[in-house]
Amino acid sequence: MRRLASHLTVFCLVLLWLIPTLGLLVTSIRPYEDVVRTGWWTTLFDPAKWASLTLDNYVQVIAQEGLGQAFWNSLVITIPASLIPLAISALAAYAFAWMPFRGRQVLLMVAVGLMVLPGQMTFIPLLTVYNKVGLSGTFLGIWLVHTAYGLPLQIYLLRNFFRALPHELLDSAFMDGASRWKIFRHIVLPLSVPALASLLILQFLWVWNDLLVALIFLGTSPEVAPVNVKLVGLVGAYGQDWQLLTAGAFVSMALPLIVFLSLQKHFVQGILAGSRRG
Amino acid sequence: MGNVILIELTKRFGDVAAIRGINLQIEEGELMVLVGPSGCGKTTLLRLIAGLEEATSGEIWIDGRLVNDMAPKDRDIAMVFQNYALYPHMSVYDNIAFGLRLRRYSRSEIDRRVQQAAGILGITDKLRSKPAELSGGQRQRVAVGRAIVREPKAFLFDEPLSNVDAQLRVQMRAELQSLHRRLKRTTLYVTHDQVEAMTLGQRVAVLKEGVLQQVDTPQRLYDHPASVFVAGFIGSPAMNFLKGQLVRQNNTLSVQGDGFQMNIPPKRASLVCDHVGREVIVGIRPGDFQPGEVGSSPDRITIRVNVIESLGSELIVYGKLSSSDVAIRLDPDVRISLDQELTLVVNTERIHLFDPDSEKTLLHLR
Repeated sequence: MRRLASHLTVFCLVLLWLIPTLGLLVTSIRPYEDVVRTGWWTTLFDPAKWASLTLDNYVQVIAQEGLGQAFWNSLVITIPASLIPLAISALAAYAFAWMPFRGRQVLLMVAVGLMVLPGQMTFIPLLTVYNKVGLSGTFLGIWLVHTAYGLPLQIYLLRNFFRALPHELLDSAFMDGASRWKIFRHIVLPLSVPALASLLILQFLWVWNDLLVALIFLGTSPEVAPVNVKLVGLVGAYGQDWQLLTAGAFVSMALPLIVFLSLQKHFVQGILAGSRRG
Repeated sequence: MGNVILIELTKRFGDVAAIRGINLQIEEGELMVLVGPSGCGKTTLLRLIAGLEEATSGEIWIDGRLVNDMAPKDRDIAMVFQNYALYPHMSVYDNIAFGLRLRRYSRSEIDRRVQQAAGILGITDKLRSKPAELSGGQRQRVAVGRAIVREPKAFLFDEPLSNVDAQLRVQMRAELQSLHRRLKRTTLYVTHDQVEAMTLGQRVAVLKEGVLQQVDTPQRLYDHPASVFVAGFIGSPAMNFLKGQLVRQNNTLSVQGDGFQMNIPPKRASLVCDHVGREVIVGIRPGDFQPGEVGSSPDRITIRVNVIESLGSELIVYGKLSSSDVAIRLDPDVRISLDQELTLVVNTERIHLFDPDSEKTLLHLR
């Protein structure tokens, strides 16, 4: 009985979450004439309308409205902006976890302390600097910004994860003749795949969904603007054309969905990893 | 192959001295066991020799080379860790081959050595498995295989059997012993289990609070413990200690204590005659008692039986002698019951005498 109740609850929650997404999907494939006249749910229950469903909206936003370019821009931004901080934070976390050096504790405190600094506080000074050195409006500029915002949390989490690895493993590899780099590469990294994958997904989703940082440091010019910035532009230009907006929104959702679904095994493992270690 | 020599080796962690001025020589090809209660510094000593910790002062020599400032990989020694420390993401083969690959051995040489080690340890059919698929004993063998495959100058074992169950421990102990007989490598084996130390070691070094207490063959440690600590640590049940006073009566030395009096046989008496009149600690092994007649002659004690443990081959009896607890080992056919008064004759040829202040033996036989 309790089982049934909990299943029912979960089912309702899932339904509640899915309805807007479903609406988005249905609207994005309906022709303009239908969108302005009836609600999207009417299509669901009227098989006569199914024949009129179309992918034209997608073709239009991607090809004519430049969403294709924006999608490409998003990839160019997101992939390096996810990989660079992870590479740096993994190396830093290894040093913080296993390499004794003077000032290690203080440096770690500083790195972790940066987590409490709101990003919004840094926008104006950072943008001033960026304008002076010519980094604003460039991909390099936004990679660096996202790297800087991502590092503190990543270093902190990875350092704790690495620290929880049994130190005999590292000692053993050390005695086997492995250098620091080899230990990192052959022992620590392979054993930390769940943690690394989780952080990669988190950072990827964060950068992909970001609007504010991109708007400030990249601007709206079509050569560099990512999907989210482009979508905002579409809202202004086509406020009434829901079928185009929803198609655009769906394009922007597609990649995170794929990334999440393909890596979710690691993701769940990564979240649980801390709790399963003694 | 080579010997290992430690000279005045000291390790401090902050203000705490974990290892204090240890001098020890492990001969070439010898299997030495380092034994002591937990927290006595055994593992620290092992890690110092391995190069995983840096000595505060003193010298470590391996095969005629001073290795204090040498990285672990250059010391040419291998260590087997307490929890095996197998790389969980690698197959057994890769685990064993890891050290060889890092040292850039050729592929065929690596394969030859891995197969050979696997053959010796009987894990040839497990080479493709991951550590998680192995039993405790098999994991232990892989850990040993990883050490022997490099053919190092010396082996270090850090309580390798403390994680396996009792039955397997006995079997693995025998395997390690025959492995050592076969490879004849210099080995330092750390354990807190005195039975393991006695059965495995050609010589046993007893460590307490970072200080080396005694180094000797197992039998000599048992027969001639240098201190109260060693006497109490080696042997099970532990040696009984009774407080008494050394007195001379009609040319015979005897110890008198609360509820007992024992004559000291001439061979031992000559060693302690200048302690007459002083307090001593008498040590008697549980096996050095025999049931005897009630009477007034010396060397007899009477205890009140508190606990009887029947082990099949022997009886362990715990009782009170006045205010002291004593443990006694008897033949299983002796008829006794709880709360009974039991009279025993002490085999005084085998008693031990210690100085109560220094806790050192008074019987310097050497």
